[in-house]
Amino acid sequence: MSKEKIKISEDLFDIMPSDYQDLVKSSTYGKEDRGWKDIGTSKELIEQHSLCAGCPESMAFRYILASLPNPEDTVMVGSTGCTSLVFPMVAVHNIHSLFGNQNAIASGLKRALSVRFPDRTKDVVVLAGDGATVDIGLDMTLQAWFRQEKFTTICFDNELYANTGGQESGLMQKGFVAKMAPVGKLFEKVRLPEIARESGCHYVVNCTVSKPSLVEKVIRNAVHIAREIGPTYLQLYTPCILEIGKNSMEGLQEMRDSEKPTERFAYKEYVSEPAKQLLAELAAKDKERKAAAKQLAGQATA
Amino acid sequence: MSDYRVLPGPEHFLPPAAASMGIRLPNPGEAHINGVIASEEKAYEEAAKQFLMAKVPTIFPGPLVLWAWNEKAAKKAAAIRQLYNTLKECVQPGQSPMLIPMPDYRPKYPKIDPEVEINPNHPNLTIWHNKIDCCMFVGVHCHQANLSLKIIRGGTSCYTIAMCAQAGHEDAMLSFRDASVEKIMKLADWVRKLKGTVQPRLTSAKSGASN
Ligand SMILES: Cc1ncc(C[n+]2csc(CCOP(=O)(O)OP(=O)(O)O)c2C)c(N)n1
Ligand code: SF4
Repeated sequence: MSKEKIKISEDLFDIMPSDYQDLVKSSTYGKEDRGWKDIGTSKELIEQHSLCAGCPESMAFRYILASLPNPEDTVMVGSTGCTSLVFPMVAVHNIHSLFGNQNAIASGLKRALSVRFPDRTKDVVVLAGDGATVDIGLDMTLQAWFRQEKFTTICFDNELYANTGGQESGLMQKGFVAKMAPVGKLFEKVRLPEIARESGCHYVVNCTVSKPSLVEKVIRNAVHIAREIGPTYLQLYTPCILEIGKNSMEGLQEMRDSEKPTERFAYKEYVSEPAKQLLAELAAKDKERKAAAKQLAGQATA
Repeated sequence: MSDYRVLPGPEHFLPPAAASMGIRLPNPGEAHINGVIASEEKAYEEAAKQFLMAKVPTIFPGPLVLWAWNEKAAKKAAAIRQLYNTLKECVQPGQSPMLIPMPDYRPKYPKIDPEVEINPNHPNLTIWHNKIDCCMFVGVHCHQANLSLKIIRGGTSCYTIAMCAQAGHEDAMLSFRDASVEKIMKLADWVRKLKGTVQPRLTSAKSGASN
């Protein structure tokens, strides 16, 4: 499908806002090797965002959108929260679900898409905050994993309910005091990555979004494994700079500080045996493809 | 038949859906003007008059024609361009026709640029900003058109025309149905035919959209 589907009528091309013209002329749809390096040189799938200036969620959004292996055939399912304000600017199909329902919606959607388009690869990716994933939507999150639904769940973990002003969430750290949680969290951060593994996820990663290349790798792995094998889960630290009292330039450092080996966002990865095999196969194919391309380029210059 | 008439607003903050006030849609071959069923010929004439009277007559093409989904969509786009060119040729000095797209239905945060687009969730912003006093929707999906038309009737004094590809819109002040390339071109013909016979509303107190 790729760009063919998004042609603007010639007679009205000039009146389309430039975002749309750029999208059609220079988006990365259909490009096999698309990735975070395309950000800034080709049309991003997100033009502006309405998050707070410097919010790490905006970086995460850009890296994720640039890394989806199949954006024109991907449907993202969002939930209420800061992320939901960005989706209207995203040039990938997306559905806004009722707060907490995202994994239930994604389950039905993925099944419907495989019935409707049996010969086409359609990816479904859930992207929601920690309140939606771990508290209000925990039932839907877990049940989708138990049922081995084939889609990726991404949680933007900012360790509280940011969009409603800073209430306590299950992923908040023990003892943390927020504007609307003045007593301080009484229990430990819920260990959702481990729960995900025990609930049947085939690929689980807990990390920050400080390194775009790493985000690209885990997104690609998660989507490919979900497509072929079963549920995958990514928990990405996207600190709410507003609620933890940081300036707009300090989000990156906050992530770097939190990913040190002893810290709560030290890189952790779990890959099931079938998923390991799939990743090895994909890596081998990729190597072959690159070798063939190199050979072709060599022939062309010879 | 209902006594209610679908008239330029501002009606009030939440105008009733015209259908709930007893306004019904035209049958094939008919149109409606202010909620009263009329012949298509009468509607062409009235729509052309409204365009020629307006200070800023504007066409709002929606996604069904902006994107070249198929050959038919591309042809409709060409016809819309022609209608717009005709308007430009037929208006008098002081009138400024516009062609503003509705490329997307999703609410845009923090805001849209009213000079380059219209959004169905706050169409009044584009109407107010450009002082549009007559507009035509074409190629907008029904639900979004209904929503927009109601908001416009509620908050502005803009005259609304719907060139609807399906059964028409009760919430527009004038609505065609079963829109086609031919119908769009026929409206352009009527604009040409009435050129110079209609006095533009340039100095009247009602000119420009109010809020
Ligand atoms: C069913 C329902 N319950 C509650 C709310 C209110 N609400 C809106 S956003 C939000 C918090 C979102 O927190 P989180 O999922 O952590 O996302 P963040 O804003 O932190 O990115 C809540 C509780 C709602 N919109 N719908
Ligand atoms: S409130 Fe926090 S999470 Fe939400 S946009 Fe602002 S900084 Fe980002």
